[in-house]
Amino acid sequence: MWGLLSAPLAWLLVVYVGSLALLVVSAFFSLDDFTGKPTTELTTSNISEAFTQGEYLSLVVRSVAVASAATLLCFALAMPAAFYIARLASQRTRRALVVALILPLWTGYLVKAFALRAVLAPGSEYGNGGFMSGLIGWSPGFGYVAVTLTLAYLWFPYMLLPIYAGLERLPDSLLDASADLGAGSMRTFRSVMLPLLLPSIAAGSIFTFSLSLGDYITVKIVGGTAQLIGNIIERALLAPNQPLAAAFTLWPMLIMVTYLAVMGRAGAFKNL
Amino acid sequence: MQLSALARLVLRLVTYAVLAVVYLPLALIFVLSFNSAKSIAWPPVGFSTRWWEGFLEVESARDALLSSARLAFVAMLIAIVLGSMLAFALQRYEFYGKNFISFLAVLPIALPGIVTGVALRNTFVRFGWDLGFLSVVAGHATFCIVVAHNNVIARLRRIAPTLREASADLGATPFQTFRLVTWPLIRSAVLAGGILAFALSFDEVVVTTFTAGAGVQTLPQWILNNFSRPNVLPYVTVMATLVMLVSLPIAWLAQRLGDSNPG
Amino acid sequence: MKKVGALAVALLGAVTLGACGGGDDSGAMLDELGDGEGAVNLVAWAGYVEDGSTDPNVDWVSDFEAETGCEVNVKIGNSSDEMVELMQSGEYDAVSASGDATLRLIAGGDVVPVNTDLIPNYADVFEGLKNKPWNSVDGKAYGVPHGRGANLLVYNTDAGAAPSSIVDMFSPDSPYAGKISVYDSPIYIADAAIYLMATQPELGITNPYALDQAQFDAALAALETQKSIVGQYWALYTDQQAALENGSITLGTTWQVIVNLAKANGAKIDSTLHNEGATGWSDTWMVSSKAKHPNCAYMWLNHIISPKANAGVAEWFGEAPSNAKSCALTADPNHCATYHADDEDYFSKVYYWTTPTKECLDGRDVECVPYTEWVNAWNKLRA
Repeated sequence: MWGLLSAPLAWLLVVYVGSLALLVVSAFFSLDDFTGKPTTELTTSNISEAFTQGEYLSLVVRSVAVASAATLLCFALAMPAAFYIARLASQRTRRALVVALILPLWTGYLVKAFALRAVLAPGSEYGNGGFMSGLIGWSPGFGYVAVTLTLAYLWFPYMLLPIYAGLERLPDSLLDASADLGAGSMRTFRSVMLPLLLPSIAAGSIFTFSLSLGDYITVKIVGGTAQLIGNIIERALLAPNQPLAAAFTLWPMLIMVTYLAVMGRAGAFKNL
Repeated sequence: MQLSALARLVLRLVTYAVLAVVYLPLALIFVLSFNSAKSIAWPPVGFSTRWWEGFLEVESARDALLSSARLAFVAMLIAIVLGSMLAFALQRYEFYGKNFISFLAVLPIALPGIVTGVALRNTFVRFGWDLGFLSVVAGHATFCIVVAHNNVIARLRRIAPTLREASADLGATPFQTFRLVTWPLIRSAVLAGGILAFALSFDEVVVTTFTAGAGVQTLPQWILNNFSRPNVLPYVTVMATLVMLVSLPIAWLAQRLGDSNPG
Repeated sequence: MKKVGALAVALLGAVTLGACGGGDDSGAMLDELGDGEGAVNLVAWAGYVEDGSTDPNVDWVSDFEAETGCEVNVKIGNSSDEMVELMQSGEYDAVSASGDATLRLIAGGDVVPVNTDLIPNYADVFEGLKNKPWNSVDGKAYGVPHGRGANLLVYNTDAGAAPSSIVDMFSPDSPYAGKISVYDSPIYIADAAIYLMATQPELGITNPYALDQAQFDAALAALETQKSIVGQYWALYTDQQAALENGSITLGTTWQVIVNLAKANGAKIDSTLHNEGATGWSDTWMVSSKAKHPNCAYMWLNHIISPKANAGVAEWFGEAPSNAKSCALTADPNHCATYHADDEDYFSKVYYWTTPTKECLDGRDVECVPYTEWVNAWNKLRA
């Protein structure tokens, strides 16, 4: 058994986890004053810079807010769509609809981000904007709203798939029983379906939240002057100040580990 | 569950509205690839096919496409082998630390790409390893393993363990059992996992940016670097449309393979 | 689990120790020019290494490749910081470094002195660019001068007349409020310092890169106020170009090449220089200490400062060339005059990008804010 496990384990442990560990350790390195390169002299200044400065704390809060908003938006759209497809659509259209909604996952992250840029670009009195601005004369422009919308658009299939799979697995008998006991649809949904769907929703939200939290490319494409955690990490890395960048990466690591733990309790890992 | 006609209608509308919203931006890119002007401003200025005619001559685009294909292929192979091994180990055996390993396997996908990218780059640079094709492969394979693993383990769970036992009872060696019983049952899942891994690698840009050296430029990197360059922008929209058109049938195929029942 | 745990600890230990290793390879100066290695990897400012893909008529790379057999791969560095980071990775052979990168690269051991005897065209470089504090140490040249220029202002001609003062970039009452474009790099703090030199002379700033804590804090305050009128912080030159073309930006700090490109696409813009004095650059091509293609690197250095190529890039980018013979070869016969190619007096008033250090660059006896603090302050400003 160890034979089967050792090769992938070696890869994951040494290359990946080892790199993460090295990264965490490097957050405590300082930059040499003269050469500007990281030394092995330990310091807590990077940690204190990343964790005590008000501007960065507000940045982290903002990032969590944007990631949460994108996740919620995904859920708000995926839930009704998945419900319709799984329980109301005819057998024939069911597969077609699922496939149709999942396919964009394959068209590529950048293609979609730039497509949204083409939709949301603001116009001005000096020039034309994108599709929305050209069509209705207004667009939210580039900023946190555009980032949230784009992130929700990008990760929507990741939320839809698990919820749909969860709905498919839901035994009809439970729903019938609930109706027999006199519960209306909303009540059945709230008290029977949602709790059973929780693991699927949790699983879907992991991808959506994590992908949104660390994103920096979408921010650059549709965010205007907006900045999220990923952007600060990139900035620090390009300064170049690798130890400081490492210190900043502790934020998404801590947030995600916490999130994974919470979602794990909600049963997310059973259905990953 | 009984729902009112109104509720059914609303749900149906929402679903189709979502469908429309999902495809609108993609359709826009398709339309813009025929724009005679080199911009994404709306409305498009005129109709022209010259970008479609000329884009194969853009050397950097061709090279980027090949680069991505090579990279994704290698990453897929590694992912299939290692991911399947991991799936077998996790599905067949109970051992202390199993949950930890499962958690570990999810980490590359659960942690934001920038964390993975920065971590790997740091490791490569510190140990003086050359940043180039192999370093990118290493990065991609790491998260592709998870994807392949997920597909295979899901299929393994649906296969009755009694089949293997029966095969052994009939005198087959473990290898024969694998070749004649297990493999036919899992191969479509392995393939689906491989296709998914290929797509993931083909599309990936964050980890790539941090682990690629001077000589590597994948297609996503090419798109990122050139979308803002007005003279190359039209070719980017053409390339984007192509990627869409090619990936759709492949996606459909992967969907069919993943869903197909064992045996 | 114990077994795995022990393994993990051992690995962590090994990994950390390994990280402490870090060999030190400082390459030596090339003594003799050998055959080309077939390729050269460059880090360059946008517009410095043009191979016809931006504009088919703008190409000084193809002839180089044909002549030397060195295939050119260029990575555009969007800021000096990015260039330092790229060179530290050891993946590139040569870099066109501005003054705020050169000394960092030298101190970090990422570049080596350049044997100017192996570069014939060096003889024709303006004397005013040779052996300067930013491109030489102890009389040893660390690169060849590429060219120099001042950071300009770009403005939308429909929005108003040419702004003559930097105040329009910083004042909350600026007529361009909301449509201002600022260079997204810590070095821009120097521009805020120039603004203060004009509007708050009592601060006593004489060199925008030599700021003591009080002056630095004042500059940051000015930048904080500026945030409310900024529409774009540009890192990619193409971002500013796109914004100028669709009119969402009507005033900003810029390079002439961006203005030219946007104008060619129909933008109604022009460039101007404000009268308070400008930041600028004097760029140097340097060779990496870890260059895998040193011979090709030297050949490139010789080529880019050759009269024809240097004239081409100076005109395309919009800067003063470094080769005196280039002035006769520019398409616009007045190019060198317009860009003050030989005017040392003009450039004495341009504040070239320089790395701020703790020892004040203007020689004062106080402690000045070093560049690492500039970076931290800028990151917080943008957060």
